[in-house]
Formats: sequence, structure tokens, C-alpha cells
Amino acid sequence: MSTTGDVRLPRAARTKAASSHPILSLVGRRLALGVLTLFLVSVVIFFATQVLPGNAAYAVLGQHATPERVAELEKQLHLDEPVYVQYWDWISGLFQGNLGNSFSNGDPVSELVGPRIANSAVLVLLAGAIGTFIGVGLGMLAARRRDGILDNILSVIALAVTALPEFVVAIGLVMLFASLALHILPGTSFIPPGVSPWANPSLLVLPVATLVIVIVPYIFRMMRGAMIEALESDYVEMAKLKGVSRRRVMLVHALPNSIAPTIQVIGLNLLYLAGGIVVVEYVFAYPGLGAGLVDAVSSRDIPTIQFITLVLAAFYVFMNILTDVVALLASPRRRLPRA
Amino acid sequence: MSDVRVSIDDLRVVLAKSDVDVVDEISLTVSAGEVVGLVGESGSGKTTVALALLGHARRGLAVADGTVDLEGSDVLQMSAAELQHLRGRRVAYVPQDPSSALNPSLKVGYQLREALKAHENDGLEVPDIAERMEQVLGEVHLAASKEILDSYPHQLSGGQQQRIALAMAFSCRPELIVLDEPTTGLDVATQRHVLDTVRGLCSSYGVAAVYVTHDLAVIAEIADRVAVMYAGRIIELGSTVAVFESPAHPYTDGLLKAIPSPEISHCLVGMEGTPPSPGRRPPGCAFEPRCPHAIAACAEAPPKMVPVNGADHAARCIRAREIIRTSMGVDELARSAECQERASGEPMMVVEGLDGFYADKQILFDVGFSVPETSCVAVVGESGSGKTTLARCLTGMHGHWTGEVSFAGRSIKQLARDRDLEVLRAMQYIFQNPYTSLNPRKTVGQLVEQPLAHFFKLSARERTDRVVATLEAAALSGDFLDRYPDQLSGGERQRVAIARALVVEPKLLVCDEVTSALDVSVQAAVVELLRRLQRERGLSLLFITHNLALVRSIAQEVIVLHEGRVVERGPTDTVLSHPVDDYTIRLLEDVPKLTALTASPVAPSPALLP
Repeated sequence: MSTTGDVRLPRAARTKAASSHPILSLVGRRLALGVLTLFLVSVVIFFATQVLPGNAAYAVLGQHATPERVAELEKQLHLDEPVYVQYWDWISGLFQGNLGNSFSNGDPVSELVGPRIANSAVLVLLAGAIGTFIGVGLGMLAARRRDGILDNILSVIALAVTALPEFVVAIGLVMLFASLALHILPGTSFIPPGVSPWANPSLLVLPVATLVIVIVPYIFRMMRGAMIEALESDYVEMAKLKGVSRRRVMLVHALPNSIAPTIQVIGLNLLYLAGGIVVVEYVFAYPGLGAGLVDAVSSRDIPTIQFITLVLAAFYVFMNILTDVVALLASPRRRLPRA
Repeated sequence: MSDVRVSIDDLRVVLAKSDVDVVDEISLTVSAGEVVGLVGESGSGKTTVALALLGHARRGLAVADGTVDLEGSDVLQMSAAELQHLRGRRVAYVPQDPSSALNPSLKVGYQLREALKAHENDGLEVPDIAERMEQVLGEVHLAASKEILDSYPHQLSGGQQQRIALAMAFSCRPELIVLDEPTTGLDVATQRHVLDTVRGLCSSYGVAAVYVTHDLAVIAEIADRVAVMYAGRIIELGSTVAVFESPAHPYTDGLLKAIPSPEISHCLVGMEGTPPSPGRRPPGCAFEPRCPHAIAACAEAPPKMVPVNGADHAARCIRAREIIRTSMGVDELARSAECQERASGEPMMVVEGLDGFYADKQILFDVGFSVPETSCVAVVGESGSGKTTLARCLTGMHGHWTGEVSFAGRSIKQLARDRDLEVLRAMQYIFQNPYTSLNPRKTVGQLVEQPLAHFFKLSARERTDRVVATLEAAALSGDFLDRYPDQLSGGERQRVAIARALVVEPKLLVCDEVTSALDVSVQAAVVELLRRLQRERGLSLLFITHNLALVRSIAQEVIVLHEGRVVERGPTDTVLSHPVDDYTIRLLEDVPKLTALTASPVAPSPALLP
């Protein structure tokens, strides 16, 4: 029996040295693109806020300010300089940690926005983690007993919830748990400045629950579909036919292959959360970035608007990179090239 | 061999929802050390039977009746826990396509170890798992190196993947092994190697094996006995020698006539029609509508197995004892009139010094040959030999090549878009896979009419007439005009693709693996059609294939392509009967042959010699 033809060095051996390479180069490329994106975003934000209706000086001083007073304030805020100079001042300030002062009360933007970033991050990360756990878990359960009673019930509920806007969910939860039916949770989640959101966890329950309810259906449906595909695959049949236990088939063979496509959806939902918090924070009067943005827009507080928008944009860019990297790590077929 | 390992008795598997038979009346025994071939075309139910041996039915199917007796216990009555203990340890499975059957997220070493560890607690005695892994990998001729074990499946070649799957199957030293088309998709050298390994392991460990395949030549190489399946039933059963030398069922007889052989240049004879799908099977014999020997009684009731030569050989045909006397066995086919003609005529296409590239990589090196008028030239090569690239260069779909190609006396440009209409019209391309080459949103009529409208100024009426006439030439009736590709079988689709090429009256057809997605009986019919068109219309054919056997039944000249170079060319008989190049010789040795089971190799008849 000859062994010619096919006993050569495995491709793995030849590519071993380069195995970390694809990820590093991907991260590098995406980071570079991310920086470029953020630069373009900063330009767009800056010029978009310039064309906002209403003069900032008037907004600060009120409709009945004297022209002299307005001119003085414009000078003070550098509003009389050419737009590109203003942009340069702003962007170079950003790099020096000088975010400017709020138009509405004169406090530094960093002091105003910093705690709000922390508050919103708690909300997004908590909702993201809980939503992922529930969505993935329910997706697996439904896929395991495909077309069973549980699967049908979950699928119908998921579809129905998808159709509800988040403020409806929020108001529904408030009515259920904080006003009409039960009085077990606070209906508003105001956290005084300087207080950690963890100080009173009950304040977090309803906003987090709202966001979880909004994202779970998407994660659930993706996970269910990916899991069904994995369970129908040849490799799962093969695993069953070599006597692997049902539990191992689910967790070791099917789960890793269905999580990779789901990661993309989880990433998209976290991105959505960054936008979705605007409404939810407003409903619960939760002092996060979203509520901050709403306030800043209504008071024409341009430096604050610019910074919050840039933070949200940076979050988008970062989450996109993170999602791609995690998805790549979860898929050896994409991570390690054939030859 | 009397040591019966497993016996299937009267197995019936149905569609779970409608109780429609998928397979029925399956009875079969396999003894220790014996390899039984289960052969049939797609949809015959062979995989369903094979999986029942592991107590497994695919989604939507359910075992309705019968027993699978493995050393005294009925596999079909086992609980889920008992099945888990059975699978892998006592009955092992080798999948059809290891690239999808190995888990892409797990290293192959892990998957192999798992096959052993799964049975640690149910009586498998393997004191040292690492040692057993090394041993079993040695048996399939893979080094148990860290590199291999730490690889993910996609990092290994198809042959290596299949060896991992084989090692997995043999690792627990099972009593019965079920192999589901394990060599489909492998090149011939690897296939030869896998077949040798399976044969060796089955005999050295006394394992009973069921080998499922659609390839009769593979059966001839590996199986002691063969069960031929058609429309969910075993229609012929006997020793491989008996069945192949004197088939007793008209279907087996037809299959043997439809299978090309590298040694026999017989005219392929296709079988008309298609096998009935479950639920549409006729009340009588399922083969009766296609059977050339059918009589009135055939349509009345399903026939029983009729023993033809002692207890050993039986066929499900009421005329079995007559058929067996008139049917042609393999050796007779070899002596039957060959249908080779010699290439003749002026060159239609001349290729000189063609170098082809993808990016910076050179794929084709100094390729030269010519296609004479009204002749068929076959380009043979394994995957990666550059044969499809060659076809794409010649048809102008790939422009990155240098060299001189003249067509009908005129030099042609690299890219199709730079060629004039006349050249484009006269050279037509037929794609490999008729399931993807036809736009599913267009009717057959629209598909065939499209090139006509592009090349000719004709009225709608004239166009329809031409389309219908061409469909008829491709053995399709005008009834097909309004059908969509989804409503057609694979063979019908490929005929539509041929009609689409033919409708503009080309001089040269470039056929890229046009039969590789089709069953053998359909393949034979398509080859027959191409030959007829070649004769009747004076067409030239450039027939690209990996199937050496097929070449003999269609081409007058052959070019053997290896790593982008022409290693051998000449008249088909000369090249296939007296190959000179080492690569061609090796390739021919590795091709499974129907005649493998007859003791003396078939000597080529004098007519075949130059």
C-alpha cells in the first residue's frame, strides 16, 4: 500500500507562523478606517451644528438681548471667526482634553458629559449582557424542539415584541410595575449628579428591562435560525452517529458554529442600544447620554451636542471593530487561511 | 461466509407525515469481514437504508417496519441511551463529504479523541487513548503529528479529511461499519488509497461493512456482494461477480450499459425517463415504465425477489430468468462492437503556446492542441490541473493569457467582449452544473430564445419555431417551453443548457464537466445526445472532464492535462490503451474498473489498436 499523493505537510504547519496575522492586520486596517470615519464624522457634526437654526448667542441670552450683548458673547465664544478656524480650535482642543464649556451654564463639557457616559454605559452593557444571555438561551431551547409548543409560543411573542417601539414597552412596564398594577419599582430613574448608578440598583431595573425586551427578539430569532442550521448540518449528524451525548452535541458541536453569525446581530443590537437609550432615558428621566443630548439640543448647547455625538460615533466605530474581531475569533475557518 | 453480523429484515422507512414509502421490503445480511455494496442512483433510498443500520432516520423520515438484527439485538427497538452506546462503538459511520461532516470549529484531534471518549463509560476498553489514536491514524496512513491533530478540518486536504473520518470510524473497533459514498469528490489517486485502506481494515479486523455508492466501478473494486437499489427497493442482490457478469434485472443491465469504462469503448446507452419519486411509484414494478422488457403483467403487482442462480443471486423481476440469459455482462460488453471513430477534417480550433495566469500565478504552461472539424477532443485532468481555466481562456471568459488561438482560420482575441459576433456565435459554452446555470426566473422558452435574439434578427414567430426545433433536437418536446428550471430534472436541465448553446448554430461546443452533476443513466443519455448532435450537425466538441472512463465513450482525441501542462495527447484508444507518460499511466491504474473482478484483465480487441 503506497502512501503517495496525499501525505504531505499539513497546511496548518505551513501557516502556523501566520496564524495571528489575519486578526492583527484586520484590527489595524479597521482602526485606521475608524479614525478616518471619526474624522469625517467630526467634520459633519461640526458643520451640521453650524447650520442649526437659531444663533447660539441668542439661544443663550434669550430673544430680547441687545445687539451689543450678542456681539460680545459671539466674540467670547469665537462665533465671529471663520468656520475652519472654529473647527480647528474645537478639534485641537479635543486632543488636549479641552472640550470647551457648555453654552447654557458655562461648566466644562467634560464635567457635564463624563458622568453621563458612565451612566449610559452601565445601561447599555447591562442590557446587552442580559439580552444576549436570554436571547441565546431561548434561541437554543426553541431550536432544540423545533416546531414544538415552546418554539411556536416564543416565535410568536418575539414577532409581536419586534413590532413594539421602545417607548411603548417602557410605558407598559411603568404601568405594570410602577403605577397602575403594582408599586414595586420606581417609575423614574433619576440619579443625582455625583452618585453611582449602582447605589440604588432598583432604579436600573425598568430601563434595563425595557432595553432587554427590545433587543431579545432579534438575538433570539437569529440564534434560533443559526442553531437550526447547525443542528441540521452534516457535522451534527456525524457527532450523533459516533455516539456523542445529546448535551455535548448541543453545546460542543452546534453552539460554537451558531454563535458566530449571532455575534453580528448582537453587535448590531448593541449599536442600536446606543441610539435607543435616547428615548428610554428620556422616558425614565435617566441622566445618561441620550437625555443629555436631548437637553443640549433644546438649549442650543453646541459644544455638548458635538461632543456627545462624537462619543456615540466613536462607540459605533469601536463596536463594529469589536464585533468583527469576535466573529472572526469564533470562526476558525475564517481565522486560519487554507494555504 | 456464515458468521452473520447484521441482518436487515423487511425494513420499511416512510415519510413521517404522509406514511409514504421511501424504502420498502429491504432484507439484507452482512457477515463479518464482508463488504456489501449498496448501489443506486440518487433518490433510490440507499442512504436511508444505510442510516437505519445505526438506528437513525433523517428529519421527516420514520422507520415504520422491520428489524435490524445486530448480533441478537434489534437496533430499531433501542432506546436513545442504547443507541448512543451503539453508535460509534459497535456500528460506525463514514460520511459522504468529510469537509462538511467534520465540525469546522473543532480541531480534528479533538474530534477523533471525542469518538473514543464518548464510549469510555459504556464498556469500551481502550487503556491508552493517545496510543489508540496513533495506531488508528497509522492504519489510515496519516502521521499522528501535532500539526495534523491541531489542524481544523478546512486546513486539511479532502483526502486527509476523509482519512480522519475513517480513523474515527475504526477507532472503537466496531463490528459493523457503514460507508456512505466516502470517495465521492476525491481525486482518483486518493480514492484508490481510501478503497485499499477500507478493504485492508475490514479484513484485518473482521469488520462487516456496508458500502453505499452510485459508482458501480467502485463496487466492482471493493464489494463481495452487491445490492442494487431502485425506487426504494433492492431489485437485485448477489455476489458482485454474478451480478456484474450476468445481471438478472433490466435496470442493472441498463446501468452496466450506461457506465463508461476506461477499458471498454462501448457506446453508452442511457435509460429514458427518471425513477419515480416516493408517493408516485406505480402499483406494479417501479421500473416498468422505463423497462424495455416490460410485459402487461409487470404493471399489475410489485414483483417478488426471484432466485436466479441458486440462493445466492436474486432479482426483483418476473422475467429475471429470461433477462439473465440475454443481458450483457461486463466482459461481454468489452467484446461488443466499439463505437470509436477517428478524428478527421480540417482543424476548427488550433491552440499554440497558451500560457494562462491568475494574478501573478501561472496556471497553464505552453498548452497546444487542435480540435478538428466534426470531432470531439477531450481534455482530461484532475482537480487543479487547469482544465477549467483552459476552457475559460478559450471562450474568452478569462482574459489573462498569452499565446495563439485560431478559430475557423482566424486568430481570436483574449476576452469575449473584444471578439466579433461571428466568433462568439460559433463557439458556445455549456456549464458544469445545470442547477445553477439556468436562470430560475425564466422559462425554458425564454432561456433558449435569449441568445437567438442576441445574434439574429428574426421575428418572434421565427424565433419560437427555431426554439422548438432546437428543443426537439435536444430530445425535449415543445411542451417544455413554458416550464421553469425548477420543474425539470437534472438531465432535462442539462438538455435545456445544450439547446441554449445549440440554437445559434455554433461550430464548436465547449462542454465543461457537463455530466458530473448527473446520475450515470442520465449521463449516458446526455453523452448519447452530444454524440448524435456531433454527427448530425457536424459539430466540434471540446469535452472537459475528470472522468477518464467517459472519454472513451465520447472523444476521438484526448489531451491529458497535469499541473497546467499537456503531458500526453493523441487518439483516445492509443492514449488510454497504451499510455506513455508516467502520470497518465498512474491515473489509469487508479481509476476503479468494472473489470476489476474478472480474474484476467480484458485485452483490448485488435480493432482498438492503432
